[in-house]
Amino acid sequence: MILKGRAWKFGDSISTDHIAPGRYFHLRTNLPELAKHVLEDANADFASQMQPGDFVVAGRNFGLGSSREHAPRIIKLAGAGAVMAQSFARIFFRNSINVGLPVLEIDTSGIQQGDELEVDLEAGTVRNVTRDETLTFAPLPPVMVKILSDGGLVDHFKKYGDFNLE
Amino acid sequence: MASTLAEKIIAAHVGREVKPGEIVVTGVDVTALQDGTGPLALQQLEELGMVRAHNPAKTILFIDHAAPSPRKELSNAHMSLRAFAAKTGAVLSEISEGVCHQRLVENFASPGDILIGADSHTCTSGALAAFSTGMGSTDVGIGIATGKTWLKVPETLRVEITGEFGKGVYAKDLILHLIGEIGADGATYMALEFTGPGAKAMTMSERFTLANMAVEAGAKTGLFASDEKTRAWLEEHGRAEDYQELAADEGAEYSRTVTIDASSLEPTVSAPHTVDNTRTVSEAVGTKVDQVFIGTCTNGRIEDLRIAADILRGQERNPSTRLIVTPASRTVYMQAADEGLLKIFAEAGALVTGPGCGACVGVHGGILGDAEVCLATQNRNFQGRMGNAEAFIWLGSPATAAASAITGVITDPREFIK
Repeated sequence: MILKGRAWKFGDSISTDHIAPGRYFHLRTNLPELAKHVLEDANADFASQMQPGDFVVAGRNFGLGSSREHAPRIIKLAGAGAVMAQSFARIFFRNSINVGLPVLEIDTSGIQQGDELEVDLEAGTVRNVTRDETLTFAPLPPVMVKILSDGGLVDHFKKYGDFNLE
Repeated sequence: MASTLAEKIIAAHVGREVKPGEIVVTGVDVTALQDGTGPLALQQLEELGMVRAHNPAKTILFIDHAAPSPRKELSNAHMSLRAFAAKTGAVLSEISEGVCHQRLVENFASPGDILIGADSHTCTSGALAAFSTGMGSTDVGIGIATGKTWLKVPETLRVEITGEFGKGVYAKDLILHLIGEIGADGATYMALEFTGPGAKAMTMSERFTLANMAVEAGAKTGLFASDEKTRAWLEEHGRAEDYQELAADEGAEYSRTVTIDASSLEPTVSAPHTVDNTRTVSEAVGTKVDQVFIGTCTNGRIEDLRIAADILRGQERNPSTRLIVTPASRTVYMQAADEGLLKIFAEAGALVTGPGCGACVGVHGGILGDAEVCLATQNRNFQGRMGNAEAFIWLGSPATAAASAITGVITDPREFIK
């Protein structure tokens, strides 16, 4: 599957407090409303101006901090096609797979705000159409490919009734 | 094969030796949710038709992040946790009981356990030699219903601690220093294992402070071997029978060893907006502070409150600096009351609150104003953490926090320690 969209560029150390701020704690049971504030403290325009399919493109250690699964959920709910970063924090990465949000570890340093990107999840490539460059990313661990391809952990359980990973 | 502590605990659960990098599906002994992550977990279980608890006595739902509830939406979220507990027999930890990680170490986590909690600081129980790690709502929800989870066996980064703390230097200074050294992603996907004479000499309270912040270096958990101090802690909380001695094998393989000489450390702080943005207090002295917050799962234990009270006894907060003191659990609160510490704080001009997480996570009870500066004993200083992205959070020890509350600026606690 090829995902197409534009890059929204963020820096290093984007925390779960940037993605799903604590001041909206009461909206955690209302994800569509919470999604209107996604990444608000890192870029106030992102939630209102991003187009479905656009990509979150960041630096090192994206998603550090809290275990709040709401963070990847609202990135997905807002319509983002994937998150690309130099590296990810562990819990965010795992949560993203569980909720079916593709997360790609690639060298994002050459991608600029607004660049047009095409992601091929199977081939493991990101084509930067704007700059005529192609980046490759390492495939996900097989366990995560399995969960992601089932549509997330809930759908994995719907399908198998148990873990079917080993 | 010689095993690290993390490998040993996981191997005991899956019934065979394990190696770093391998994926296992394992039984879990304790599962925990809190009021921020719990409702979503329960919603997932409803969707799966799996509204049940595999081991109700070791499934705990904590109402601590918004306790007592400041909004109707959160009151309704709390109701969903109470309803699940009533239906399944899971344990409900009410608004009065305290912060999940403090309650887990007091009442639920034991050496050798695998514990998963939908809160990143679940790593705190690693100090009891439990493989204890934070996950998201769906993972923990499924762990609650099935008694299982999947894990990647982590590599282990060993933190070898030598020497003794000098005057005015504490476990918090050590862990901030470590994170400053290795970075906020220095141990991503790894387990930390704290070893050496310095680790052995530490009180349980100090060990909890270190383990609590393992995730701030990206780690899955922060482990200590169990010993006589672990046994005494469990005994003190009426759980002597939960003790077992557990340590890594001689010759276990570590991905890396970082050695820290505790005697070489200075009082240390993290400057806004990342935990690894550390410096010695001497480099930050004089920074104006609008609010000081002493509490949380990192530093809200009785030992922390004693350290702060020793400095605040007979003193008053600076008129331009607010002081909030929040014991980590009801048990800590009662002990602090018995020892007269709450009165010392109140006399010094502090607001002493009931136990909970509210101020630290920016939900209620201490939200900062625009451009305000807080010095807090918590584990995180991310932009927006205390409810306002325009505010600035510094992290430090209870001693540094207490001293700074008196002067109104970041202050070296050694000025106030006889």
